[in-house]
Amino acid sequence: MTDASAPHSMLFGRLTLESIPIHEPILIATFAVVALGGIAVVGALTYFKLWGYLWREWFTSVDHKKIGIMYMVLGLIMLLRGFADAVMMRIQQAMAFNGSEGYLTAHHYDQIFTAHGVIMIFFVAMPLVTGLMNYVVPLQIGARDVSFPFLNNFSFWMTTAGAVLVMMSLFIGEFARTGWLAYPPLSGIAYSPDPGVDYYIWALQVAGVGTTLSGINLVCTIIKMRCPGMTLMKMPVFTWTSLCTNILIVATFPVLTAVLALLTLDRYVGTNFFTNDFGGNPMMYVNLIWIWGHPEVYILILPAFGIFSEVTSTFSGKRLFGYTSMVYATVVITILSYLVWLHHFFTMGSGASVNSFFGITTMIISIPTGAKIFNWLFTMYRGRIRFEAPMMWTVAFMLTFVIGGMTGVLLAVPPADFVLHNSLFLIAHFHNVIIGGVLYGLFAGMIYWFPKAFGFRLHPLLGKFSFWFWVVGFWFAFMPLYILGLMGVTRRMRVFDDPSLQIWFVIAGFGAFLILLGIVCFLLQIAYSIWKRDELRDVTGDPWNGRTLEWATSSPPPDYNFAFTPVVHDNDAWTDMKKRGYVRPLDGFKPIHMPRNTATGIVLAGFSMAMGFALIWHIWWLAAASFAAILVTAITHTFNYHRDFHIPAEEVVQAEDERTRLLAGSRA
Amino acid sequence: MNRLRLAALIPMLALLGGCNLVVMSPAGDVAAQQRDLVVISTVLMLIIIVPVMALTVFFAWRYRASNKQATYEPDWDHSTGLELIIWAAPLLIIICLGALTWMGTHLLDPYRKLDRIAAGKPVPAAARPLEVEVVALDWKWLFIYPEQGIATVNELAAPVDRPIHFRITSSSVMNSFYIPALAGQIYAMPAMQTRLHAVINKAGRYQGFSANYSGAGFSGMRFGFFGLSEGDFEGWVAKAKDAGGTLDRAAYLELERPSENVAVKRFAATEPKLFDAIRNLCVQPGKMCMSEMMALDAKGGLGLAGIHTTLPLAYDKYTRRGGEAPFGAQPAYVASICSIEEARAMMAQVPADTTPRDLTPMRGLGLPLPALTPRRPQSFSELLSLARPSNS
Repeated sequence: MTDASAPHSMLFGRLTLESIPIHEPILIATFAVVALGGIAVVGALTYFKLWGYLWREWFTSVDHKKIGIMYMVLGLIMLLRGFADAVMMRIQQAMAFNGSEGYLTAHHYDQIFTAHGVIMIFFVAMPLVTGLMNYVVPLQIGARDVSFPFLNNFSFWMTTAGAVLVMMSLFIGEFARTGWLAYPPLSGIAYSPDPGVDYYIWALQVAGVGTTLSGINLVCTIIKMRCPGMTLMKMPVFTWTSLCTNILIVATFPVLTAVLALLTLDRYVGTNFFTNDFGGNPMMYVNLIWIWGHPEVYILILPAFGIFSEVTSTFSGKRLFGYTSMVYATVVITILSYLVWLHHFFTMGSGASVNSFFGITTMIISIPTGAKIFNWLFTMYRGRIRFEAPMMWTVAFMLTFVIGGMTGVLLAVPPADFVLHNSLFLIAHFHNVIIGGVLYGLFAGMIYWFPKAFGFRLHPLLGKFSFWFWVVGFWFAFMPLYILGLMGVTRRMRVFDDPSLQIWFVIAGFGAFLILLGIVCFLLQIAYSIWKRDELRDVTGDPWNGRTLEWATSSPPPDYNFAFTPVVHDNDAWTDMKKRGYVRPLDGFKPIHMPRNTATGIVLAGFSMAMGFALIWHIWWLAAASFAAILVTAITHTFNYHRDFHIPAEEVVQAEDERTRLLAGSRA
Repeated sequence: MNRLRLAALIPMLALLGGCNLVVMSPAGDVAAQQRDLVVISTVLMLIIIVPVMALTVFFAWRYRASNKQATYEPDWDHSTGLELIIWAAPLLIIICLGALTWMGTHLLDPYRKLDRIAAGKPVPAAARPLEVEVVALDWKWLFIYPEQGIATVNELAAPVDRPIHFRITSSSVMNSFYIPALAGQIYAMPAMQTRLHAVINKAGRYQGFSANYSGAGFSGMRFGFFGLSEGDFEGWVAKAKDAGGTLDRAAYLELERPSENVAVKRFAATEPKLFDAIRNLCVQPGKMCMSEMMALDAKGGLGLAGIHTTLPLAYDKYTRRGGEAPFGAQPAYVASICSIEEARAMMAQVPADTTPRDLTPMRGLGLPLPALTPRRPQSFSELLSLARPSNS
């Protein structure tokens, strides 16, 4: 009962000066850099008097386009943190041989691999995917915004609040040392009494509110707000995959919320859902978290599949091959993704029949996935393929992802899984599909839609550098892990005793270095393109000769997206309009009804973050106060009757005249 | 791109020659069969993967925009024949792979008794498997040999070509028991028991470890596994006998405290049924065993009286890494209503938990015929034996 004497004050809970890790030089240096960077950013914003602009035009904005961009910024910032963790792990594993302990203690290293997984999935992949969906879906379906614009803003800030909580754990206290899914009993109060797991729980719970609400929002938007003529089977494939992804989000995130709530009860009020004693069963947690966890990987990959469909068809200058089977494949994957969760723990000893059932359902998923690959392949067939950066990412994806898919099906054979489970082979497999699938897709999508969002293209040469560093770096970083897995090396090891393994970790570390160059080139590409934006300007709104509705409006689109709601006759709506000689209406504009910005989202998320922080540190008065504040804010918001306004017809005329002028200029 | 990749591959191939791919060349028959499945599945999938990769590269090159000779059909987007092929080809592969999976999963079920010790070498009728009880502790492995009466820490040995039957549990958090050269892994979970049947075919020293992260000392949770000839195995047992010391409850409670990178330890004798007490979370004297609790509950429980049988936790096994929930009851344990001797006597009535039930009713090589409806009991005594609650 060592912890009974742990200090606990009314004012600060269990938060003491010792919680600040001043004895960790790595953390102090990181903090110094972050603090200096932060001061520089805050200083610059203040100096250029940008706070008001940011607050009015961005933070409180309910415009789906601005929220989408903010999601992307959040995802890219968190990518830097998650990647820094990856590099630290690579260095540790390349060093810790021949009796060397490396440079990280178990206490630090175990936090790093946990944080890496949590950040990359929840705060990199999810925001980037959600951001793209947010930006693109309303434009693709010819809508002016999402169904619930305020909810959208609130969702974004909740996700951000979760990310901020994870970042706080770096400098106040510590993060979980449990692995990214926090299996009990290790994550229970008996074995992880410190606040690390609490950071994990509350960061995911706060962000989970955002994810669930944004899922509901996008499902509603896609179901209810399509423009006239766009039947379900005329929706662009990206919208289809977004629909399926958001249905998955709505169906599975409550499971995550529930299982984390049960773990919270175990940790806070001494229940015994997942403890060893008193009838608890940790394997229940493992089942529940994977019932969320497996659909989660499809939540990430389906939008990427949608991006590849759009990109392949656009840059091949050709209709997508097998649209209908593509849609059915997506729906089949959506449904099957619920029936495979047990393949993550065949080694639990469920018995041969259960294991074979889940093994075979897993393999069945590869059939629609294979059909999709073939569809992209035959979209390229007899096309005119322009190898712009998005298409390069797509070809790299097709070559990389099939290998990841193959090792995935291999892992779905239970006896094979017994020898490869939890090994570095498994790590190589899922990085192969997450990087080679999700991330390549996100890069393709970001470069593809960047001109739409900002009105200028990204500089192609730096983009090619970034592409090659990423692709080559990926092969160097993860092929050695496949081999190490076959040598029987398991994951999450901090030190090794077999010196013959070292060379492979060094190669993998070199791969991580190449990926670092890829990230740097990507950031440079953005910076350079902003600098040279006038040369890269897209005045047509359709820089790639696109096929779907988002290319029908200007780049960047006006706040209202479309002055008149388009009417659709074909699933490549914009190609169809271009072919039939569509003429842009030049007059007859009416005032446009739009939602009004509100600060409620950011305020609610701020209070939620305070409540999460208070619960992590057992500062009960603050938890109660912020909970009350959340309720009061939410109720007050219901009395806000000024939720909408009309963009006057004159402003619409002005914006549309400007576009007419630009279009005329581009033709001249 | 391809040239770069090839250039990267050459030194890798050279390296591959020099390293020990233990998963690909194991020394135990079970792991060897698992390896065969890995290879066969990979080859099966390559049938489809290789053409796809080749076609991707070919189409990307053939239909590049600068190649004006290539046919361009911007509106060609459907072909029923082609669609049938692209759905049927993966389907056929998956049907083959699925059949292979069903067979392989049942035949290589870790709970299933071995029927061969190597290809073409059935298990001799007289052979009794070597019983080993495995406990994952923080952060070391305890191996109990009930037959020999000895126990070891972080060292395991077995005679070559003799089937081994492991019963596996954990004292605190989840681990995974894995000796790549011998057989696939299986989780070690607290208050639960898993099994593994395996056999080692070549003498030698192999690596064993935990394959599931379990906390700070996880990296050091390694042990040596020795495949020994009969004679050497006798010698190895004798070495443990000579080491002296008894692994009784007190010694176990001392041993299970967290420690890292633990050197090999040997015990000449062990308290009988210690493994069952560990699995039932009742090594600590006075604590009710899970089996006892379940037997009580099966009879309807203790009623309201049952909620008053807890005592505050004095021994700090569960709080050894720290804390308790800020709200809710103090950490406690359920007090036993019988003495250790009584509990042990009760456990003795349960048939020895060494002959695994056959959990694999399917038709296949060396497997019994499947039955769609459960077989009816043939006699009254058989009916009784079915009704008796089982503890395993």
